[in-house]
Amino acid sequence: MLSFLKKQRIRGGVHAEERKAASALPIVNDFPLPKKLYIPLQQHVGKAAEPVIKVGEKVLKGQLLAHSQGLVSAPVHAPSSGIILDVNDYPAPHPSALPIRMIVLETDGKDEWLKTSVAADPFQLDAEEISLRVGAAGIVGLGGATFPTVVKLNMGRENQIDTLIINGAECEPYLCCDDRLMQERAAEIIDGVRLMLHGMTNSPGANLHLPEGGRTGRYDMNTKSAVVAIEDNKPQAFLMMQAAAAPYAQIKVMQIPTRYPMGWDRQLIGYVTGREVPVGCRSSEIGVTIHNVGTAHAVHKAIRHGQPLLSRVVTVAGGAVNRPMNVEVPFGTLISELFAFCEVNTENTARIIMGGPMMGDSLPHSNLPTVKATSGILALTPNELKNTDEQPCIRCASCVSVCPAGLRPLDMANNIRINQLDAAVDLGLKDCISCGCCSYICPSNIPLVQYFKYASGEVIARQQAQHKAEQTKKLIDARNARMERIAQQQREDELARIAAKAERERLKAEQETEA
Amino acid sequence: MYVLSAIVSLTLLGLFLGLLLGVAAKYLKVESSPVVDELEALLPGSQCGQCGFPGCRPAAEALAEGNAPATMCPPGGSALAEQIAALLGIDLDLSEVKEPELLVARVSEDTCTGCTRCFKVCPTDAIVGAPKQIHAVVADACIACKKCVEVCPTECLQMHPVEVTLRNWRWAKPQPVPAQSLGSGSNALC
Ligand code: SF4
Ligand code: SF4
Ligand code: SF4
Ligand code: SF4
Repeated sequence: MLSFLKKQRIRGGVHAEERKAASALPIVNDFPLPKKLYIPLQQHVGKAAEPVIKVGEKVLKGQLLAHSQGLVSAPVHAPSSGIILDVNDYPAPHPSALPIRMIVLETDGKDEWLKTSVAADPFQLDAEEISLRVGAAGIVGLGGATFPTVVKLNMGRENQIDTLIINGAECEPYLCCDDRLMQERAAEIIDGVRLMLHGMTNSPGANLHLPEGGRTGRYDMNTKSAVVAIEDNKPQAFLMMQAAAAPYAQIKVMQIPTRYPMGWDRQLIGYVTGREVPVGCRSSEIGVTIHNVGTAHAVHKAIRHGQPLLSRVVTVAGGAVNRPMNVEVPFGTLISELFAFCEVNTENTARIIMGGPMMGDSLPHSNLPTVKATSGILALTPNELKNTDEQPCIRCASCVSVCPAGLRPLDMANNIRINQLDAAVDLGLKDCISCGCCSYICPSNIPLVQYFKYASGEVIARQQAQHKAEQTKKLIDARNARMERIAQQQREDELARIAAKAERERLKAEQETEA
Repeated sequence: MYVLSAIVSLTLLGLFLGLLLGVAAKYLKVESSPVVDELEALLPGSQCGQCGFPGCRPAAEALAEGNAPATMCPPGGSALAEQIAALLGIDLDLSEVKEPELLVARVSEDTCTGCTRCFKVCPTDAIVGAPKQIHAVVADACIACKKCVEVCPTECLQMHPVEVTLRNWRWAKPQPVPAQSLGSGSNALC
């Protein structure tokens, strides 16, 4: 036990001012259904979904709108009943607001559900059937990563996963939607966790490609236990979850220190299990998989009630919000409508952010839809923004001590400033998780994380450019070879023609002499 | 006396050996140095001449002799400059290098007569078409050499900046910002 405790450690991180004002208020359920919903076909990591409906078609709530494509993808469903108005490009909820494909749904106000059947006892279902239903419900990681949950469950069956961690850290300032969810819907979340555990069980035949059918050997392949990790600034959520989990010995609820970025998977795994995820490895390779509490809740709704993922709880907060709250909104709701409902003072809004203030994306305007990744929408006043008056680096090394990935942000930034990206990559640029701790702590207001985001994108762009250069060389060679062939052919044709002409003339001359 | 003769003999020896080396360098010169080959392989190979040399091979030779800076190739941008510097083992300040603007050729369908001239000059076979048919450029294969633009009789082939989509959008490099200005980057608290 003592050695277990000794291994628990946290590297880096900051304690940011929490500002979780709405965490004391219940989740608002009566958000007025918007007239139009703008539903992006890509709200997840992986391939965009392909529409299966036609413009003008009438759809019911929960009906499939777009089918998932390939192994890593997620389907999209109708958040309410109504008529499909358009399938076209509209601005995406992204810092660039560039267009992506969306389905526009005009709601009819009836909110009429599509009839679905549910299993009486889901624990009688095969594990495969559970993940199939989770995939069909379009469930993705609701912590913000939006990785399709079914892929993780399948990985859980195929790898030797012994611990399922449920991430209730919610370490970003302002955000408190998971906190409220745990306080109000603890029983549903715990049920979702049990269903996930069941979905990861190794049923006979699932691992026939592994030695001895994957059943015997040193490892017991069933995921044994789940740990719900909650930061200790949410005592109420902890109590509720603990009470809900009490009947189930395999589910443990634990408190973890409040420190950003505690919710980062490697940090969380390190703290909860004492295991370190080696660089370049996935957490499943060391027997751990992580899901968000919101995802567990969505699994409960999908399996117990047959409801696909249609809405989520969103934190609306920030100094410019007069009624900060956690509110359940259907996907596709425009942020501007959300702002009107929460009485946001648009004049005083200096920046709109989707997600948390540390890792979220700033949006150029509010005519963009909420999606599966939208854990929060912040409307910040000028006073809430960090001073951007950049000063020279004083080499205080604060950025080094807070970096959870153990990097040297100041050296990386210096290299990036003079475009020495290779040097920055050597210093570990690819391990940077863009958590923003370094920028947050820097007394000289150096936009460190912005440098790293720029450089990471640039490194990818260069790799693509290099790939293209190689392809170009191949194309040029292929063309030259073809030109050479054609020239060769022409030379041969020319020779043949000359020979034929000589032959003709010879024949003609012969005829003349004969005549 | 001994000291003097030692100095004289060693100096003469040094001079003689130096001369020998000089002569050897002149007569035993390697014709095509492997460095030039390697440099040429790095360069884009489109022989565009923007560097001021008549083509990529002469440019590579100038680089190897130190007559051109590592940053001389505009289409290559700083990525290429970094590779060249690494190959030649030199230090380099890239803060002045401009990244090339990405262009792609596009056919305006209204005015294309289907004369196939562009099709014949494109070095990467990026243009598809047949006589009397509207031609089109495969954007992924176009290397922006502009050869097709020069030969097109109706000016319907033009270079356009590569369209920015969510797939190729990237964060901009942070610029030093004056106090109180609110850029559009994220990370409000940091
Ligand atoms: S925290 Fe800022 S000032 Fe301090 S060493 Fe890092 S970059 Fe320099
Ligand atoms: S943004 Fe990157 S470099 Fe900065 S603290 Fe986080 S992981 Fe470290
Ligand atoms: S610019 Fe060059 S590569 Fe691109 S289509 Fe024209 S000829 Fe081909
Ligand atoms: S050269 Fe111009 S007109 Fe001729 S085929 Fe090409 S694009 Fe069309």
